[in-house]
Amino acid sequence: MREITFSQATMEAMAEEMARDERVFLMGEDIARQGGIFGQFKSLPQQFGFDRVRDTPISETAIVGAGVGAALAGMRPVVDMHFVDFITVAMDEVVNQMAKIRYMFGGQCTVPVVLRAPDGAARSAAAQHSQSLESWFVHVPGLKVVIPSNPADAKGLLKAAIRDDNPVLYFENKDLFGKKGPVPEDEFFTPIGKAKVVQEGTDVTIVSYSIMLHKALDAAEQLKADGISAEVIDLRTIVPIDKETLFESVKKTKHLVIAHEATKNGGVGSELAAIVAEELIDYLDGPIRRVGADFVPIPFSPALEPLMLPQVEDIVGAVKEIC
Amino acid sequence: MDFSEEQLQDFYRVMFTIRRFEEKVNELFLGGEIPGFVHLYIGEEAIATGVMANLRKTDYITSTHRGHGHTIAKGADLNRMMAEIFGKATGYCKGKGGSMHIADFTIGMLGANGVVGGGYNLAVGAGLAAKLRGQDQVSVCFFGDGASNRGTFHEGLNMAAAWKLPVIFVCENNQWASTTPYRTTTSVENIADRATGYGIPGVVVDGNNVFAVYEAAQAAVERARSGGGPTLLETKTYRIKGHFVGDPEMYRTREEVQQQFETNDPLNNFKQAVLNANSLTEKDLEEIETAVQAAIEEAVDFARESPFPKPEELFEDLYVEGGETL
Ligand SMILES: Cc1ncc(C[n+]2csc(CCOP(=O)(O)OP(=O)(O)O)c2C)c(N)n1
Repeated sequence: MREITFSQATMEAMAEEMARDERVFLMGEDIARQGGIFGQFKSLPQQFGFDRVRDTPISETAIVGAGVGAALAGMRPVVDMHFVDFITVAMDEVVNQMAKIRYMFGGQCTVPVVLRAPDGAARSAAAQHSQSLESWFVHVPGLKVVIPSNPADAKGLLKAAIRDDNPVLYFENKDLFGKKGPVPEDEFFTPIGKAKVVQEGTDVTIVSYSIMLHKALDAAEQLKADGISAEVIDLRTIVPIDKETLFESVKKTKHLVIAHEATKNGGVGSELAAIVAEELIDYLDGPIRRVGADFVPIPFSPALEPLMLPQVEDIVGAVKEIC
Repeated sequence: MDFSEEQLQDFYRVMFTIRRFEEKVNELFLGGEIPGFVHLYIGEEAIATGVMANLRKTDYITSTHRGHGHTIAKGADLNRMMAEIFGKATGYCKGKGGSMHIADFTIGMLGANGVVGGGYNLAVGAGLAAKLRGQDQVSVCFFGDGASNRGTFHEGLNMAAAWKLPVIFVCENNQWASTTPYRTTTSVENIADRATGYGIPGVVVDGNNVFAVYEAAQAAVERARSGGGPTLLETKTYRIKGHFVGDPEMYRTREEVQQQFETNDPLNNFKQAVLNANSLTEKDLEEIETAVQAAIEEAVDFARESPFPKPEELFEDLYVEGGETL
């Protein structure tokens, strides 16, 4: 199969969906002339024009709010947040408007907006350009939240998100943009709400997603040397959680480690650990372990940044503690 | 007066419907039949009426916590409105929205909003949708003087102006934001003065004069429909009732309110004008009032007799199943 980068995969998804459906359009800061923070959409305006690929003012409430309004009026906007850190500026639009409008109005409308949010710590971007904030939205009914780890899912999930009639938050780790992987040439979708067992194993389940999935796979490789067989699950969607895949694996391995780059406190791992503790405690042969970033803003210095971010050794260590 | 008899009757029908609807809601709330919070539009009827008379069914509006008047004027069904305010399953939102969250997407009413200043950008997005499709729909955003101090005001007006979107921003300056007088929180005499900052027309109009509102809105709607971009239309009015039903109104005197109502009631202003000009007769007005009364009584009966939502409806309409092709 051909190999393309994460960036190319999302570009293909955008171009295919825009060609197919006139209602799909893309807007965000520096999304048209620059092509997004990594220039991945640079050629889109040539194909679809600067109306359907729009550079916006630096007005996050208006970008997200207008995305919601356009969706209510029959369009299917893809809205770019530039950096997930700036979603804070538009929290009302995401939490009180986008997420609630359909339910609050008794199902009279749909809100087919996709909000793309580049996240993750990369290259000393420091405290306000490095966060992973996906867990906040696990707390808000009405949203779907997807978070791919590889080019194929980046394309498949973006296409699925654009076709979904619900609002979807699409988180993409900045350090994954340049990563290559096999992507089918024929059209395909990655189903929202379905996790994937990336590597089978028998002794411990490591649940991860986005960039940490790669560290989880490296950890699994190292654990082999110690005779521990790890099953690695790529969650891919965090709302709604694919409990079926998670539970099946935990019932088999009887041990669970959850790993993500986001802050450990109140992270997605906390929710997953709680679900498993509530519903599968009798299957577990050891405590659940969470691996995530330390509870501190992300520091600038290359000497400090890696210290607070979860590393392969942290996952290996967590597994060894409980197995 | 350059208005047809039919237009004048429509003005009065809509204004009187809003007035009676709100008086009824007030009474029912105080009688304990309506839960939650209710904000009445009494004294501001000419604004929704005059603006909406320029709109088509396919045009969009966004509304506020004080949204019954906008909803009625856009042409919503009174029965379903009243049922929603009662929290009944037959309401517009199946009882999930209530007074602060009524919408009717079939008539372009994109919803009231419990977040002050939450509507600007929804209206901007609806205007953007119309523009992208090459249609001549317009989008109207209603908001209060208090809401004009939200940051969303700036972001929405700038975006609409920069992109020349067909959006009309209608400020209902009723002098009060909850308990706070307008000039204690706002640096300009007229909110419309801020239009200069966006390079768009800013117009001040007497919000208690339906004819003046109609004409100002007509110009703004024509401008938007023909690709001229947004207008900021400020309507000066006065909030006759408390901020919400049950508000003890410790921040102003009864005399102030009474004086405003006696000298500048939009319905009375209208009546005097049409009667003096012999455009409509007392009898014409009475006929309208009788019909409206009956419609409102029917709405109350409908709401009272309607069932509450069932427990199994709690999770309905949170997510829509799948999507177009998935
Ligand atoms: C963002 C936000 N802040 C505060 C409130 C509480 N609140 C509801 S209505 C209101 C006053 C609004 O005043 P104005 O915009 O002038 O509208 P009016 O009530 O006069 O029609 C306030 C402060 C809210 N609902 N949303």
